[in-house]
Amino acid sequence: MRGLLGFIKKEYMEIFRTGKLLFMVILFSLFGIMSPAIAKLTPWLMNIMSESLKETGIIITEVKVDAITSWTQFYKNIPIVFLVFFFLFSNILTMEYQKGTLISILTKGLERWKIILAKLILLCSLWTGLYWLCYGITYVYNAYFWDNGIISSVFFPAFCIYLFGIYLLSLLLLFSVIFSSNTMVIIGVFGSCFGIYLLMLLNRMIESLSFLEKYLPIYLFYASNLISNITEKKEYIYAIFATLVMIIFHSILTIFFFNKKVVN
Amino acid sequence: MDRKGVAIMHKEEKKMENILTLSHISKTFGNHQVLSDLNFSVPEHTIFGFIGQNGAGKTTTMKMILGLLKPDEGEIFVCKEKVEYGQNRTNKYIGYLPDVPEFYGFMTSKEYLTLCGQITGMAKEQYKERILELLELVGLTDNKKQIQGFSRGMKQRLGIAQALLNRPKLLICDEPTSALDPLGRKEILDILSSIKKETTVIFSTHILSDVERICDKIACLHDGKIALQNTMQEMHFLYKDTEIEIEFDQLEDMELFQKSYPNGIQTGRLQLHYKKYTKEDMKAMLLFLGKNNITIQKIERLEPTLEELFMEVVKK
Repeated sequence: MRGLLGFIKKEYMEIFRTGKLLFMVILFSLFGIMSPAIAKLTPWLMNIMSESLKETGIIITEVKVDAITSWTQFYKNIPIVFLVFFFLFSNILTMEYQKGTLISILTKGLERWKIILAKLILLCSLWTGLYWLCYGITYVYNAYFWDNGIISSVFFPAFCIYLFGIYLLSLLLLFSVIFSSNTMVIIGVFGSCFGIYLLMLLNRMIESLSFLEKYLPIYLFYASNLISNITEKKEYIYAIFATLVMIIFHSILTIFFFNKKVVN
Repeated sequence: MDRKGVAIMHKEEKKMENILTLSHISKTFGNHQVLSDLNFSVPEHTIFGFIGQNGAGKTTTMKMILGLLKPDEGEIFVCKEKVEYGQNRTNKYIGYLPDVPEFYGFMTSKEYLTLCGQITGMAKEQYKERILELLELVGLTDNKKQIQGFSRGMKQRLGIAQALLNRPKLLICDEPTSALDPLGRKEILDILSSIKKETTVIFSTHILSDVERICDKIACLHDGKIALQNTMQEMHFLYKDTEIEIEFDQLEDMELFQKSYPNGIQTGRLQLHYKKYTKEDMKAMLLFLGKNNITIQKIERLEPTLEELFMEVVKK
């Protein structure tokens, strides 16, 4: 247990001392502020542009913004911050292979599963903290400027997207033990996402398979539709369940492959 | 000491407990067979020099002992426990110093050793005390810098400290001195000699002087097998022939000398080179020079390098 805690502490020390943590906190905070700020500024921007647009024949009437505008912006921004997060941590294991830093750790007797668990804990806790920080900032501003109450469920769609992030991080670790190069890890994760996306399209095209769509983790990504009341909460329950199962399955598979991996 | 004496030495050695045994180890990478039926054992409290050309399989062997690589065939025992690939149970007996040890650059040496202490499952008081002791041993006590600012020699010394942290019964060093300057090399060798009482050391190298300075026993790896395995005493006995080189002042002196010692090869205008001559022969030569009033520029006894000895053994 002490070995695991020591290794987790090392992981945190690393992101703290290399400045990754500070960078991420600033980035997620900025994006948290950005969504309400863009919504707030939209009428003003439109006003400025209306003069020149009038000349082209487009007439802008009064632009109405509310919490929905801001939350919609939030769900547009989240994939961008996730990508930055993902690229920054995509070498979480491959860097250790390349530098050879794991050799001393392994030869000191730390069980291999503890290394995976420590990396998983770091990624998940960091994503959790940063994501909800970003969410919290947007929430507070939205409540201040407008009213979050006009949306039937604010938290639930955010949770779905958050879970999809965890799912992608579990894939990141899985590909990090299958491949040793950072590029292959990135290709692996994006390839899988593309595969699931194609599967979803296929399900939509073939009617007899269409029930499967709701079990695909990528379906969670569409939970942002809940903001504008296009869909209902219960539609996502299957995807949440399936994603949780996949996350556990990926983690077990990661440990299994890592036990067999040649690290030298 | 004669060959009988060597046999007695072998017998005495067998009485000592073997800390490491490799039996019938084979390993192939693709089509290239690196090790074939490798057998050797290392008795307790020895410094074991492991020699071989680049690519002979030294590092592969060491990584198999550590469970980082899987042998195709054969078994390895450390302190009588079998080494299992991918698992680290036997590593509690082992300390490992890689050729270029890599650490987390954002940590200080004390923090890194603390992490190692936690991983090996030592009690807090135990590793705290041990870390201070080891930092003293490797001369890094006052260093509060992060490891990324360390020189190669400092990293190597920290590598030794981390390897010795849990008082391993077996210390494996992969070419610990190859990348270092003479001063750094001396420091590492001094540390290794000083810990002999506590632990057994396996140390791979191709620097003869290092082996001669500290090793008790050597093994040469060639063609995936042990081509030669002896104690240093035996080595000196079996390969006592040296080469002698003399540079004369005058040509007539050289010619006179050549009449009595005709086997020399002329390697320069005033220089003769004698192969397979012993220390006794050299004494006789010096007497001859004195008796005949011959002055010389220099006389040099060239000991065969380990590579030469090794090549000789391999040719057999």
